[in-house]
Amino acid sequence: MNIIVCVKAVPDPGEICRLKIDPVTKTLLRCEVPLVINPLDKHALEAALELKESSGARVSVISMGPPPAEAIIRECMALGADRGILLCDRAFGGADAFATAFTLARGIERAGPFDLVVCGMASSDGATEWVGPQVASFLGIPAVTMVQEFESRGSDIWRVRAEWQEGYRRVEVRLPALLTVTRELNQPRALSFSGILKARKKTVESWDLGTLGVPAECLGSRGSPTIVSRMETIEVRRNAELLQGTMEEKAEQLVSRLAAIGII
Amino acid sequence: MGKHFGPVWVLAELNDCRLEAVSLQLVGKARELADELDVACEVVFLGHGIEGAVPDLIASGADHVYIGDCAALELYQPFPYRDIICSLAREHAPEIILIGSTFMGRELAPLIAARLETGLAAHCTGLRHDDDKNLELQIPAYGGLMSIICPVRRPQMATVARGVFKTPAPDTARKGEVVRIPVPEATDMPARTLEIVRKPAAGIRLEDARVVVSGGAGACNPEGWEKIRELAQALDAGLGCTRPVVDEGWAPLHTMIGQSGKMVSPLAYIAIGLSGEQQHMVGISGAQLLVAVNNDPKSPVFGQVDLGVVEDCREFLPVLIAKIRAYREARPGCRE
Repeated sequence: MNIIVCVKAVPDPGEICRLKIDPVTKTLLRCEVPLVINPLDKHALEAALELKESSGARVSVISMGPPPAEAIIRECMALGADRGILLCDRAFGGADAFATAFTLARGIERAGPFDLVVCGMASSDGATEWVGPQVASFLGIPAVTMVQEFESRGSDIWRVRAEWQEGYRRVEVRLPALLTVTRELNQPRALSFSGILKARKKTVESWDLGTLGVPAECLGSRGSPTIVSRMETIEVRRNAELLQGTMEEKAEQLVSRLAAIGII
Repeated sequence: MGKHFGPVWVLAELNDCRLEAVSLQLVGKARELADELDVACEVVFLGHGIEGAVPDLIASGADHVYIGDCAALELYQPFPYRDIICSLAREHAPEIILIGSTFMGRELAPLIAARLETGLAAHCTGLRHDDDKNLELQIPAYGGLMSIICPVRRPQMATVARGVFKTPAPDTARKGEVVRIPVPEATDMPARTLEIVRKPAAGIRLEDARVVVSGGAGACNPEGWEKIRELAQALDAGLGCTRPVVDEGWAPLHTMIGQSGKMVSPLAYIAIGLSGEQQHMVGISGAQLLVAVNNDPKSPVFGQVDLGVVEDCREFLPVLIAKIRAYREARPGCRE
């Protein structure tokens, strides 16, 4: 079985408040904040690694990003991925979800035959959930989003459970397919020292525009249907009245304020 | 020279035999946008036995409701749903397609946008036309409001969460047309929904709660989170959270409040140990009294609420919970 895991290098969510929008290009200035693996993508990688261990699989990790994103792919290889591919070219820059998905799909096709593509259900920075299902669209394969459990795995028919409002949805899906996963699916493993050592010997393949052989106008900002047209600051509407006194007194004041509007 | 515009579309959705609230809210918004362009407001509605919901869609502002009604479409099925909507869109060339940020919408919208080769904005908190009559799709980001446009391709697409727009007052005198659309025979379905299982969560629904307690990363650990849950219980409040809490696994995704979660409008909203990040705070903009507890007096949350308590929530909550219980016990008749 060949499994592709799509990962994204995102600014460390713990330091997200340092992020700024470039006032001229209106794109994110990423360089000031360290890049980490998008937290949900760790669950996608874990799913692939567990399948590799239980049933045998070759796990390839693919990412589109700037050169420093290579470190993220190397980390995935240290965790157990067999192959790492970074789609990296200035022509890929400024892509919205549509152009990103298109680029990833062309990369996945180039990587060879596959049975399964796994993605995190959303990225922590861009906050769209579109890349996974749109990669599936461009590959012409089915997608199931927000998968939280694999119920059964036949040779080419799988049954999965996906998140749904106030419950869940059971879906039967035929491989090759793309699944986006939630954190309920598994518990990602931690890096091991031996894994880090082994990954040192592996190489991350870097593919550019020429390798993909796709017209530049389909990629990056030129291939993106959407653009950021404007950034506005939002004015703060309220200024808190800070309750004073001891902790007990603050609690008492708060109770009486809540009681005054009839909610206690 | 007048520009020619296509109709404004909404994808409507049933949830357990009732129209999703967001479907009516989007029809109300689509009506406004359609009037600005002087075009029709149209709804596409797929399912089985769905006709009973059509009058509500028309009363909320729809001029045309395209109905695809058959047993095979009773459950959301990605392939026929996408194909029916895309071929209808190719025929009618809508200017805009609005879709609720429901679980169906969040899967279906990107599949439709990829097929129609157009742009899709996620979980918008505002929609308005700019001077060129492009739709500004507004999204909170990095301390500001980001406007996204899709200047060349059509339709312009957006998902919107329940509660961003108000449910329009129904006008039962409005007239609209129902258009039955052909539904293809059983198609090949590489992904097929077998069943949708509903497990209504115990406790108070966030959307209906008069009081919402919401916790953030300041809870620090599962024990800290338990205190926040206890406060919610003591107040008969809905319990919400921020993304870091979901990331830590303390609370399920469906209790997340904010741009990509739920929008709530309670009488009182009490933020515990959260910093007031914008993606969260847009979810509570309908709340009346806003309260925050945070141990950092410089926390940005204090610039966005009415009442603030500077205390470590792990120490303060037990005291507060005891006071609430004491107050209620002293006045048992007042409890609803």
